[in-house]
Formats: sequence, C-alpha cells, structure tokens
Amino acid sequence: MSSGTIEAPVRTREPEREDSREVDRPWVVIVWNDPVNLMTYVTYVFQKLFGYDREKAEKLMLQVHHEGKAAVSTGTREKAESDVSRLHAAGLWATMHQD
Amino acid sequence: MFRHAVRPLPDGDFHLDLTREERTAVADLAAGVRTLIEADDDDVKRLFPDAYRDDAAASAEYRGLVHDDLVQGRLDAIDTVTATLEAERVDAEQLGAWCGALNDVRLVLGERLGVTDDLYERGIDPADPRAPQLALYGWLTWLQGEIVEALASRL
Repeated sequence: MSSGTIEAPVRTREPEREDSREVDRPWVVIVWNDPVNLMTYVTYVFQKLFGYDREKAEKLMLQVHHEGKAAVSTGTREKAESDVSRLHAAGLWATMHQD
Repeated sequence: MFRHAVRPLPDGDFHLDLTREERTAVADLAAGVRTLIEADDDDVKRLFPDAYRDDAAASAEYRGLVHDDLVQGRLDAIDTVTATLEAERVDAEQLGAWCGALNDVRLVLGERLGVTDDLYERGIDPADPRAPQLALYGWLTWLQGEIVEALASRL
C-alpha cells in the first residue's frame, strides 16, 4: 500500500529491458569500396535490392566511393544475412556486424 | 563512337546493338568465368566474399548456407547470356543476366590485372604488358555501363 510497492516492479524490469535490448541490437550491413564496380551499377543495385529512391541510393554509393564504406541496411541477423547474400550475388563486397 | 549498344524499346524490351565479334568476345569471357567457378579457382574468390570480417567460423557457416545458390545464380546468368547471344531483342530479366555476367567477368579480370580506382584518370600506357587486357576490360566497362543505363531508365 505504500509507494514502495509501486517502485519495486519498475526496478526489477529495468535489467530485463537492458537484456532484451542486448539481444535486439541490430545487425548492420556494410558495403566496401572496390575499384571494379561501376558507380552507376552500385546505385542501381541499391535501388533494385532495397527499393531506395535514386537520391538515397546515390548518396550511399558516393559514401562508399569517398569514405571507403557505407552502412546500407540494418535489421535482424537473418535479414542482414539475406541482404549480404543478395549484395554478393550482385558482385558487391559486403559484410555484416552487430551494432 | 557514341553509339548506344543497348536501347530501351517502347514495349519494355531492350535492343542489343552488338557486332558478331563483340558477342563472341562476351561468350568466350563468360565461358571462361564458368570454368573458373566450376573449378572453384582462386581467381573467382572475389565473387564469393566473407560475410563477417573478423569471424571465420560465422563466415564459414554463411558460406555453407549460401554458396551453392550464389554459384547457381551466376551459372544461370551465364546460361542466359549464351542463350541470347545472337538476340537483337532481350527482356529486362535477360538484360539483368547480361549485366550480372559482365560484372562477374570484370571482377575476375579486374582482380587479375590489379585494376585500381585511377585507371580511367591515368589511361592505359601502350608499353604496359597488360595493355591489351586493360583495353578489353575498358570495353567491358563501357558495355556494362550501357546496360546499367538502360536498366536504370526503367526503375
């Protein structure tokens, strides 16, 4: 009946939230620069595979070109692995890691 | 000089304007990549990268899951190029296969020739023993660029 009974459950839920956040940390798909893939082709692949509009696809392509890499998609491990395999099928150099 | 090798047609297909010699060159190069893929040659490693930079076990597991599909997709694309080699008209899916197969040829050739980002700025030195191969690579780059432009025009 005191305010303490209300505080207690809140405290016990905190660590649980942290845990689930740990498990749910997204996976990030990175595309690395390489000297062969055409800039227009990389833009086209980003549009085609991820449904990005031309502006977003071009921005990511230029980031890969100038900075050496760009994060192109995020999600569950399964989604990231699927994205990486589709990028590999297209000949792009892609890897994934947990953020 | 400024001809277009690939032209989108009003009905959704694409016109392929290539000479017999050009078509034969594409077929020979694609057949060469097929042989390397089937032999699991080191020259085609670039076509099947690791998915994890610092985790060999996870990369091996990924490879076990997807490698056969990646191989099959590449061989299917080469088959489509071979089947449409004489065609003046291809659909979007077939042109996509040409694009993928040409990209694979360029990746293998580019790796072998040690192509760098500044190739087009520096140009090709005629004295370079790689000059003929670099010229071929440059031609493939032009052709793939034509295909990408045509495909992108339909996005």
